[in-house]
Amino acid sequence: MGIGNFLKYFWADFRKQKKRATLTVTAIVWGTMSILLLLAFGQGLKEQLDKNQRGLGENIMIVWGGQTSIPFEGLPRGRRIRFRPDDVDVVGRSIPEIERIGAEYSRWGVDLVRGRTVLSEHICGEYPTYREMRAQYPDIGGRYINETDMTEKRRVIFLGYKLAEQLFPEGQPVGKTVMVAGVPFTVIGAGVDKQQMGMYGGPDVNKASIPAPTFKAMFGYEYLSNLVIQPKSDDLNKHVERRLNEVLGARLKFDPDDDQALSIWDTIEGRREMQNMMLGMQIFMGIIGGMTLLIAGIGVANIMYVVIRERTKEIGIKMALGCKPGTIHRQFLLEALLICFSGGAIGIFISLLITDLLTMIPRDPQSSMSWLGSPTISLPIGLITVAILGSIGLVSGFFPARRAAGLNPAETLRYE
Amino acid sequence: MTQNGNIIDLRQVCKVYDTGKVKVEALRGINLQVRRGEFMTLVGPSGSGKSTLMNILGCLDVPSEGHYHFNGEQIAGLPLNRLAEIRNEQIGFVFQNFNLLPYATALENVELPMVFKGVAAKRRRERATEVLTRVGLGDRLDHKPTELSGGQMQRCAIARALVNNPALILADEPTGNLDTASGLEIVDLFEELWKQGHTIMVITHDPNMPMRTERTLHMRDGRLENGNGQPA
Repeated sequence: MGIGNFLKYFWADFRKQKKRATLTVTAIVWGTMSILLLLAFGQGLKEQLDKNQRGLGENIMIVWGGQTSIPFEGLPRGRRIRFRPDDVDVVGRSIPEIERIGAEYSRWGVDLVRGRTVLSEHICGEYPTYREMRAQYPDIGGRYINETDMTEKRRVIFLGYKLAEQLFPEGQPVGKTVMVAGVPFTVIGAGVDKQQMGMYGGPDVNKASIPAPTFKAMFGYEYLSNLVIQPKSDDLNKHVERRLNEVLGARLKFDPDDDQALSIWDTIEGRREMQNMMLGMQIFMGIIGGMTLLIAGIGVANIMYVVIRERTKEIGIKMALGCKPGTIHRQFLLEALLICFSGGAIGIFISLLITDLLTMIPRDPQSSMSWLGSPTISLPIGLITVAILGSIGLVSGFFPARRAAGLNPAETLRYE
Repeated sequence: MTQNGNIIDLRQVCKVYDTGKVKVEALRGINLQVRRGEFMTLVGPSGSGKSTLMNILGCLDVPSEGHYHFNGEQIAGLPLNRLAEIRNEQIGFVFQNFNLLPYATALENVELPMVFKGVAAKRRRERATEVLTRVGLGDRLDHKPTELSGGQMQRCAIARALVNNPALILADEPTGNLDTASGLEIVDLFEELWKQGHTIMVITHDPNMPMRTERTLHMRDGRLENGNGQPA
C-alpha cells in the first residue's frame, strides 16, 4: 500500500471524524508540550544555576589558612597557617597544573567618600588574575587591575556594581576620583551586575578592589586573607589540592596530611554535586512530562481500537482481495505513528514559540524571576521527545493493529 | 496445474463452528469437483451452509475436516500469507453489497488487488482501465461509488474480481441488491465472462440464474443434495 494511498485514506478518515481526530491529536500536542516545556525549564534552571555559580568564579579553589592539628618538625599543633605574597609566587611556580593563581587582602569598614556621599565599605586588595578567576569583569569603558598597577602600587580602584551606583549615581565612574580612607584613588572600572551564588565576605557587587601591593602599603597587613587557584582542567582539582598541601606544607612547615592546616573551598566539587542534583531534577521533570504524554498515548490506542472496529468491513474486504495480515498491521501501526508525529510536530512548534517568547522578556539579574532562566529546548531534548513520541506511537498502535490483522475476513464479511 | 483437470476438489469437507457453548456443523461431508470453465449456481435455503461453502472455496476459511485442493494445491495447513496470495491472484470475489471502498474511485477500487500484488502504478492503471472498459464503465473511471448506480457498482466489483486474471470467480448473491433491469445486465455479464473461458460459481436466490447455467448445486443442512457433487 503506497504512501500516497495511505496518506489519502488517513486524510479522508480525518475529515470524516474531525472532532474525534482533533481531540486525539490535541491530547498528543498537550502531552508533547508538557514534556518539552518541563524539560526546557529544567534545562534553563540548570543553566541559570550554572551561570550564577560562575558569578563567584569559574572552576576555582579558594584556600584559607587554618590551624595545624598534627605536630611537625618539632613544631606543636594549633599553629596558625597564614600566607604572604611570596607564597603565592612559589605555589604558582611549583605546581604546573595551576592555570591561574591569585590572592587577596580583606578589610571592612573602610571609608569611601565622593562629594557628599560617605560610605563605609568592604575593600579587598586583589591580584589581576581575579578578573577571570573571580569574574571581576568590568563594565564597558572600564578595566580591571593589571600587572603595572601591581608593580607600581598605583592608587587605582575597581568598584562593584552596587557601590559604583551609590557613589556615581549619574554613571560614568571611570577616571573619576574616590577617597579611600582619606587617600584619593582613581576609578579604573566598575563591575557588571551579576547574580552570585556562593560568596565569602559578601557579594562582589558591594565591594571595592584595589591592587594587593597598594593595599599592603596603605594598611600594612603582613598576611593575605586567602588564595584563589584555578587548575588547568576540572579533573585536576584533587591533584592540585594534594600538591598545595605538599608545597605549602614544606614552606610553612606543616604536615601535608594535616587536613586542618588549609581550609579549601573547592567550587569545582560543589559544581559537580550541583550538576548531579540538577540532573536528578531534570530526570524527575522528564518523567512527569513523559507520563503526561503516555496518557495521551493511551488516548491514541483507544481511538485506534474504535477506528479499527469501524473499519472492520474495510479490513475484511481488503483481506478477501488478498491483503496480507502483515500489511494490515503495518497500515494501522503507521496511522498511530502519524497521529503521534503530527501532534508532536504541532506540540514542538508551539513549545518553541513559547520558549522564544519567554526569552524575549527582559529580566533583572537580581530578581527572583531570573531563576526561571531562559527555558531552552536543546537538540538532545528535542530528540528525546521525538523518540518518546515514536515509542508511544508504536506501542499505542501495536495492539490495535494486531487486532486488525487478526480479523477473520470470513466473519467480518458474513453479516452484511 | 489441476488434479484430473479439476480446479476445485473437495473431499469429505466438514466445517464446525465451536463457540464453546454451542457447536454448529455448517458443512457435513461435502464432496465436490469442478472443472475449469464450468459455470454453476449454488442454491439453498438460508442456513444451509452456502456462504460457508463459498468461504471455504474462496480460501477465506479452512475446513475443519476433509481435503480441499484448489488448482492442484492442498489448502489445509497453508500459512495465512499464502492463502492471502491465492485469494489475491487466483480468486475473484463478487459480493451482494458490492463492498467497494467508499473513498476511492472506480479505478482505484479496481487497482486494489494489484496494489496488494505489488504491481507498478503505470501497469496498474492500464490494466484497471482495460477491465473497467470491458465491463462497460470506461467513462466512469474517476467516479466514486456514491456516484455510481447499483448496477454500475456491481460491474465495478466484477472488474475488480477480474483484474488479476483469476482462475475462479465466486459471486455471493450478485444481483441481490439490484433492480430487475440491472440484475439482468449482471447476469448477461457473467454469461459473457463464462463464454470467455472463466470458471464461475454463483450463490443465488434469483430465479433467473439457475436456468442460465449448465449445473446447479442444491444445499440443505450442510450437505449437497442429489449427489450433485460430480461434474455433469
